[in-house]
Order: sequence, then C-alpha cells, then structure tokens
Amino acid sequence: MLDRIFFACFAAGIFFISVSAFAADPLMLSIRGSRFEPELLAVPAGVKLKLVIRNPGNLPVEFESTDLSREVIVRGQGETEIYIGPLDPGNYRFFNDFNRDMQGTIVAKPASNKEN
Amino acid sequence: MLATAVIMFREVLEAALIIAIVLGASRGIAGRGKWIAAGVGLGLLGASIVAILANAASSEFSGYGQAILNAVILLGAVAMLTWHNVWMSAHGRQLSAEVKAVGLDVRSGQRPLAALLLITLVAVMREGSEAVLFFWAIATSGEQSLNMVIGGLGGVVGGMLVGLLLYIGLLRIPVRHFFSVTSWLILFLASGLAAQAAGFLNQVGLLPDLGNGVWNTSAILSQNSLAGQLLHILVGYIARPSGIEIVFYTGTFLTILILMRIFGNLQGRRINAGGNPA
Repeated sequence: MLDRIFFACFAAGIFFISVSAFAADPLMLSIRGSRFEPELLAVPAGVKLKLVIRNPGNLPVEFESTDLSREVIVRGQGETEIYIGPLDPGNYRFFNDFNRDMQGTIVAKPASNKEN
Repeated sequence: MLATAVIMFREVLEAALIIAIVLGASRGIAGRGKWIAAGVGLGLLGASIVAILANAASSEFSGYGQAILNAVILLGAVAMLTWHNVWMSAHGRQLSAEVKAVGLDVRSGQRPLAALLLITLVAVMREGSEAVLFFWAIATSGEQSLNMVIGGLGGVVGGMLVGLLLYIGLLRIPVRHFFSVTSWLILFLASGLAAQAAGFLNQVGLLPDLGNGVWNTSAILSQNSLAGQLLHILVGYIARPSGIEIVFYTGTFLTILILMRIFGNLQGRRINAGGNPA
C-alpha cells in the first residue's frame, strides 16, 4: 500500500521524502570469509531501511549494487551503514567490487506478508 | 593474479577514459599537457590521503563521510566539465580553425586550464582512492602478495591502454567535427557523473530516491558487463535508475546544453571555419 502511495506521489511529480515509514531496527550484513552473511537478505518493501555492513576480516570490502545504486567501502575490521529503499517488491543483487565472486541478493517483499 | 588485474583494471578505467576525453577536448590549447599531468599527480596524492582516511580506525569516515566526499568530488567534476564545455562553445570555432591552420599548441585567450587540472584531479582521486586502498591491502596481506601486486599493476596498465585507445580514436575524427564530438561526449559524461552523485547522496539519506528502479534494462544490457560498464562511465548508463538519478541526469544535461547555446552554439563548428580567418 505504502509503495503505491509513494509511486502516486512520484508520478504526480511531488517532491516527497518518506520519513514516515522507517524501520526501527537496522538490517545486518556481515562478511564471513569470502561470503556475505546472509547471502539472501529479506526486507519489507516500501520502507526506508538502514543497512549495517560489518567486515571482521582484514581485507577491505567494497559493497556495491548496481540494482540499488549503492557503493561503499567497508575497511577491514570495520563497519559502515547506508540507507536503502523504500524498495519496490523484487530482487536486488549486490556484490563485493573487490571480489565479484562474493555476491548476495536483497529480496524485498510486500510488508503485509513479511514472514521470513 | 588475474582477479587482481581485473579489479585494478576496472578501478583505473573510469579515470583513464575521462582523461582521454579531456585530453581530446583540450586539443590545441597550449600548456594543457602540463596542467593535466599536474592533475594526475595531485589526484594520486588526494587518492592516497582518502585511502588512508578510509582505512583509519575512526569511524568518522565510514559510510557517511565516504558518500559525501564522493558526491562533492563528482559534483566538482560536473562543474569543471560544464565550465570547459561552455568555454569551448564560445571559443571552439576559433580553436578548430587554428588547429587546422597551424597544428597544435596555439594561444587562445583565456583558457580553462585550471578546469582541466581539476577535472583530471577529481577523476583520478575518486576511483584512485579505491584502487590505492585495495592495492595497499593486497600488497600487505602476505603470501600471494607479489603475484597480486604484479597482476594489479597489469590491470593499471590495461586501463591506461584503453584510455589511450579512446584518445587515438578521438584524434582520427576530422578537425571540422572534432570539438563538437568532444563537447557531446563531455555533456553525456557530466550528466552521468551528476547522476552518480545523486546516488551517493541518496545512499546516506540526504536525498529522496523518488522511486527506485524506475525502469530496468538489466536483461538487455547488464551494468556489470564490460559494455555496460563502459557505457556507464561514458554516457552514464544505469540499468535500473532511481528517480533522483534521472532528475540529476536530465537536469545537468539540459543546464549544460542551455549554457552552451547561450555562450556560443554547438552547431557553430559545422560551419567551415576556414571562411573566417580573423
């Protein structure tokens, strides 16, 4: 519902910042060895989310997603946070630009049936 | 080793292509070589400083700082490219006539040399900081590091070669059309960089996204393919753009175009410059 309202506002060309729908808990994404953990990250659609990326390894990681237009370096033994969304339902791939075999997907599901 | 080469190649590619276009677009401007070289040098210095900051223990420079810095750098490049294009649209016809008549290195009034330096500086600094960070990490990681360093250097050389190829290709364009081609290239390039800046500002929540994935052409041309990446750099191709990226892209495109029309005209160069020696 919210994403439909959001889309309507966009279609009408209204400059609209969605601060009303903000998930309280940030999403966590960690790097374990040469994999993302989890590799499948389920998120509610239509909500602006904070994503915390934690990199306990020694090598820097560049979290990148062309689907989401996101690109951020997480230094070794560091963490960083970015915002994503509000997303339309669907799949959004991401990868480590410093090691493209490291991949994962964010799956945005309509808020009504977000069970995961 | 190969993996490292590919990573470094990708990181260097953007800067190499931008420099190639700027070198082409500044053809005939005396002293451009020195200014562009200075830009590369200062850019590498800046990239190293950014890499050190990003690697520092303080979290001040985590997601937020990085994104702001990237956005500022990109918007700075957009401003300089705009300046260059507007200047060229006012002087390009004269410049093209002189290049035709006496070859390179003519003197031509007030030149946007500082713009050339700054464009090169920011192009090198932005992608360079990532390259330096990555390169530093593998160089100090032990074991395989020598192999990886060699691979990385190979990637750097590869990226520079592609830039050189683009430059050589540009020079083959007849002088008559040359500056109008480079103006268009810069117009698309600047618009793409502005869209990237919007992406960074949205990433830290400073701009709304105005709809994510307004369209999706990943199936036709993935942005992660080589062709997709080249087009992303050169004309700002985004397979799945957000609304704000589209707004920034079109806004920048139209703004530069209008400024160019005001300060000269894009088609001016089509008129044979030979008829107007004064």
